[in-house]
Amino acid sequence: MSALSLAVRDSNTMLRRNLLHARRYPSLTLNLLLTPVVLLLLFVYIFGDVMSAGIGGGGADRSEYIAYLVPGILMMTIGGTVVGTAVSVSMDMTEGIIARFRTMAIHRGSVLVGHVIGSVLQAIASVVLVGAVAVAIGFRSTNATALEWLAAFGLMALVALALTWMAVGMGLVSPNAEAAGNNALPLIVLPLISSAFVPIDAMPGWFQPVAEYQPFTPAIETLRGLLLGTEIGHNGWIAIVWCLGLTVLGYYWSKAVFHRDPK
Amino acid sequence: MPSSVMPTTRQGGGQLSPAAVSAVGLRKSYGDKTVLDGIDLRIPAGSVFALLGPNGAGKTTAVKILSTLITADAGDLHVGGHDLATDPQAVRAAIGVTGQFSAVDGLITGEENMLLMADLHHLSKPEGRRTAAELLDRFDLVEAAKKPASSYSGGMKRRLDLAMTLVGGPRIIFLDEPTTGLDPRSRHNMWGIIRELVSDGVTVFLTTQYLEEADELADRIAVLNDGKIAAQGSAEELKRLIPGGHVRLRFADPAAYQSAASALREVTRDDEALALQIPSGGSQRELRSILDWLDSVGIEADELTVHTPDLDDVFFALTGPADVPTQPNQPKENVR
Repeated sequence: MSALSLAVRDSNTMLRRNLLHARRYPSLTLNLLLTPVVLLLLFVYIFGDVMSAGIGGGGADRSEYIAYLVPGILMMTIGGTVVGTAVSVSMDMTEGIIARFRTMAIHRGSVLVGHVIGSVLQAIASVVLVGAVAVAIGFRSTNATALEWLAAFGLMALVALALTWMAVGMGLVSPNAEAAGNNALPLIVLPLISSAFVPIDAMPGWFQPVAEYQPFTPAIETLRGLLLGTEIGHNGWIAIVWCLGLTVLGYYWSKAVFHRDPK
Repeated sequence: MPSSVMPTTRQGGGQLSPAAVSAVGLRKSYGDKTVLDGIDLRIPAGSVFALLGPNGAGKTTAVKILSTLITADAGDLHVGGHDLATDPQAVRAAIGVTGQFSAVDGLITGEENMLLMADLHHLSKPEGRRTAAELLDRFDLVEAAKKPASSYSGGMKRRLDLAMTLVGGPRIIFLDEPTTGLDPRSRHNMWGIIRELVSDGVTVFLTTQYLEEADELADRIAVLNDGKIAAQGSAEELKRLIPGGHVRLRFADPAAYQSAASALREVTRDDEALALQIPSGGSQRELRSILDWLDSVGIEADELTVHTPDLDDVFFALTGPADVPTQPNQPKENVR
């Protein structure tokens, strides 16, 4: 069997193992979905009037704020599910079965690839679920073409891939599940301080660079542009560079950590 | 410590069967702590080898290195004819490992664990199902097959663990403390399973801290202490390392002890315990002659015990720390 087909076959086996875990124990994934859904409802129904007054030069109504909010919430959903990846990777690494995998003649990286693909699929499923809630409370994409929808999903998959590889690295260096949850906290915090909830130019001047120069803002702005027809500008390629950079970084980091001798 | 206590025995006039596992000068240290300090092992194919040692002697480290889980600092290591340093993947294809801590996926069922192994060994679907069913049956796990492995008892987990190891039909199996933490019945079951493997011609490398286990199962035993092989050989050979058995006479009355000690020569005295040790192999004939002799010189001891050397003696003699007072039935010379 060639190296590539071995890698594909073993990764596929590991993917099925991870999906089996997710199906058998869906509570972790569902818990992580709760945060974006609650935030969505909170910001729309509780803070909605105040928030909508602050966008579009004032006088916008609640449905306009829903439209503004949803792309950020979707990106936040990805960040949240990926925290679950960090936790499950670190839990997995403490299991004896990983030591067994290491002593078997299988493709070495397949364990990690299985986690990554499984997580990306879970992230996309989560986005669809949260998106359905958004639609139920009135979110409508204005005249997005099929191509733009496709690009939107492609972008979200790319963001999920990049964040997942980083989360796998975080999970690998964490000694236990709690530490992994803490190490992955930036994935929850970064969307909060991005342009997800309010436009950057509505933030204090000193804070604007923090919100601007981080991966979530360009990704959210790009998604907003694709779904709502707002200006994308440089955000498109900045988002793609962020994603590719984080993917490569996370991949090599995870690989290096995994190839080290286990304790 | 003399690692040459026992010369490595050669089978039948220097004719060596091919080695399933060989290590020359295996070293491993973590920071400035040396765990394995240059050990040499040679395990003929089809035999059972036991690495015996107290906790922390380096047994698990040796298994982890030879099973490719971690890398050695130095040493010329071959498993199944493949060099560990240059071709670990070929080694992995030849071996099966059951570690000290159960290497099962607790979140999925026993059957799913088995099918996972079948997939990773690239068996076809029907072949994988057949192998999984056979092994589940052989290890008495059919009833529990549909339950999550995390719900299994210790003995069941260990059986599932070993069943998973056997899916690929490995010819060399590493068992790291296979019976630690098992109740006596499960331990005897595990011994039966290991004997079955051996009868199929599989080479077994096992570590244990139980002398009884090494004695029961192993063709050859190496005693690992403080990162070095203190001795190796068959159980019989190791027992011969210890000065032979003896008859121990204990007296309640110091006066009787003194008169007996002066009447009998060639005995080892233990003045504190008021006990005398007469060298003896423990056979009926030897025992009778000792009793006749005692009668003839009119000595009557309050207690007489026959002591034959067992692996415990070897173990204590070879692994005992130097600064601890020696045990009564331990040879007085210090091996360290």
